[in-house]
Amino acid sequence: MKRSGVDLLVGLFVLLGFAGLVFLAMRAGNMSSALGLGPTYTAVARFDNIGGLKPRAAVRSAGVVVGRVESIRFDDQSYQAEVALALDQRYRFPKDSSAKILTSGLLGEQYIGLTPGGDEEMLAEGDRITLTQSAVVLENLIGQFLYGRAAEGAPPQ
Amino acid sequence: MTRALLLPFVWLLDFVAYTGRAARFFVRLCGLGIASLRRPRLVVDQIHFIGNYSLSIILVSGLLIGFVLGLQGYYTLRRYGSEEALGVLVTLSLVRELGPVVTALLFAGRAGTSLTAEIGLMKAGEQIDAMEMMAVDPVARVLAPRFAAAVFAMPLLAALFSAFGVLGGYLVGVEMIGVDPGAFWSQMQSGVDWLDDVGNGVLKSIVFAFTVAFVSLFVGYEARPTPEGVARATTTTVVSSSLAILALDFILTALMFSST
Repeated sequence: MKRSGVDLLVGLFVLLGFAGLVFLAMRAGNMSSALGLGPTYTAVARFDNIGGLKPRAAVRSAGVVVGRVESIRFDDQSYQAEVALALDQRYRFPKDSSAKILTSGLLGEQYIGLTPGGDEEMLAEGDRITLTQSAVVLENLIGQFLYGRAAEGAPPQ
Repeated sequence: MTRALLLPFVWLLDFVAYTGRAARFFVRLCGLGIASLRRPRLVVDQIHFIGNYSLSIILVSGLLIGFVLGLQGYYTLRRYGSEEALGVLVTLSLVRELGPVVTALLFAGRAGTSLTAEIGLMKAGEQIDAMEMMAVDPVARVLAPRFAAAVFAMPLLAALFSAFGVLGGYLVGVEMIGVDPGAFWSQMQSGVDWLDDVGNGVLKSIVFAFTVAFVSLFVGYEARPTPEGVARATTTTVVSSSLAILALDFILTALMFSST
């Protein structure tokens, strides 16, 4: 085969291979949503228990993804988990918004639900979300249920 | 009598020496492989023989495996009412495991054996010795470009395999069976992570590429220079590469996917 013929075919092969990779990453994977948030501002929230929350988990308000969890660290002054949220700059939330850790579906992964408050001032870069609700821990729930049942069956005092 | 008793130790020593030779050859191939990029003409020709000529089997196999995954996945998911998860099932199976592993196995069978046979026949025809007589390093001139080409081509083939597999799953699941296309793609896009899943799959295929390329070239280079020797060498290539790929796959999977 002529020199240029071989070069053309090899070039086509390489381009096809990279196109396949790009398709897998962007269309089959979540690269476009993981990277394509645009400019964001950071808010911080403290939780007693983050459950199974992971970095890059979604932050949703009214069910729509408005940001991503940036980082999770343990604060050894308050002995709470400190979660940094990267929120899309397009969406402003009042200062007294509340953050809850919710689970998508019954067995799904955990995400942060943001409920807007009524304050006139909006969250700025680096602000702290004060109203938080930790993740539901199954053992605590079972314990509550058992103690509740035990109290019901106990003799009147 | 003593000779028979010493035989296992002789075998052990031979095996250790063989391993040492193989390790030194691998390091040499890697170094010369990078150096061969200074003669891109050679590498490009090899990419053509190794990559382009493997396209037909890789693409068609990917498509067919996607078909089967779509079908079997649907039948199983239907029992639990989760047919909408077909997209994420097909894609994760392909991108994490089937893409790199099956591509590597097919590659070992197709390109690996042709590399081994080519090198073995060059040895049998005394071309390797003739090059050494002319003070041309045969490993640098003949083997290293093939090594570089194989390491470059195989990850691309694995990506194409997975992509065509996803397409196959879509064709069977959505077009043929009737799964909702929106659920198919959206669950896939939220369930497949580009770094953790696709990225790890690419990493696996790179490791497998090194393995298959090294095994086929080394076995060809060490082959006995007779027709029978070449035949045994091609068999050894397929068997050793396949076992190495599957063993490495287990190790890599344990390393990469244990936490998630």
